[in-house]
Amino acid sequence: MRFGIVTFPGSNSDIDAYQAVVDGIGEEAVMLWHKAHDLEGADVVVLPGGFAYGDYLRAGAIARFSPIMREVCAFADRGGRVLAICNGFQIACEAGLLPGALVRNAGLMFLGESIRVRVASTETAFTNAYAPGQILRLPIAHGDGRYVADPCVIELLEGEGRVVMRYVDAAGDATTAGNPNGSTRNIAGIINAAGNVLGLMPHPERAADPLLGAPDGLPMFESLVARVAA
Amino acid sequence: MSRFRVSVHIVPRMGVLDPQGHAVADALHSLGFAQVRDVRVGRHVVVDADADTPEAAGDAVRTMCERLLANPVIEDFEIASIARP
Repeated sequence: MRFGIVTFPGSNSDIDAYQAVVDGIGEEAVMLWHKAHDLEGADVVVLPGGFAYGDYLRAGAIARFSPIMREVCAFADRGGRVLAICNGFQIACEAGLLPGALVRNAGLMFLGESIRVRVASTETAFTNAYAPGQILRLPIAHGDGRYVADPCVIELLEGEGRVVMRYVDAAGDATTAGNPNGSTRNIAGIINAAGNVLGLMPHPERAADPLLGAPDGLPMFESLVARVAA
Repeated sequence: MSRFRVSVHIVPRMGVLDPQGHAVADALHSLGFAQVRDVRVGRHVVVDADADTPEAAGDAVRTMCERLLANPVIEDFEIASIARP
């Protein structure tokens, strides 16, 4: 199957995503330039990490108007799977593919570190290769990663089981100590109502090679292959 | 058509934690400004635009705010002034 990986001006995790797909799980990947109008037959679209358009105005605010985003939104509306990582998550929120927004980390610092997340839902096309409740070590690298949304949106996400990942501490609990950026309810990743757009701040594509530590991100890509091929 | 300069204030919505504002408030307190109760840090955007009337210029910038300049999930905006540049 074919992954389409979008490159915006300022993307910096697009090659990591390419390598996770091609070297990590042995599938096909095609790079999609932000000015393109064609997804080139991609079965899954990845919106990668980075600083698209320098994060001018707000992270993701300009990128969502890139020509390719019209195709990505139409693809998502048809049920196409979109994996939105870090800056991609910010872009997906700005584009209205996911609810809420990502704002400045509570501690104001840019965070580049390895954190723990608990997989809250394995019922999704993106997480079915994980064990329920599994704790992953994944890197984060963001300055604007604090997830916020109106309280009614948060309740909706919780009620529908759409919080897919939460930041946790060493004991595996979603505490303040385990929350690196102050996200509401320790939310690290959410999925849309239709279940085909996942946004997360941690980088699964940067935890996809055993040389770089535990490859806890690979099952996310494997999940997509299993579900799309099925 | 005339040219108008429209200034917009965009600030984090009340209820959305503004850590920058908190940091600035803490600094003001340490400078002795004990009267400071709250600080919110936002953006000031100045748009020069052609329009028939000041009202039309303001309406256009309001639409720009709704579509791009502000994110209603996290920010409020307010047209601060409309003037000839």
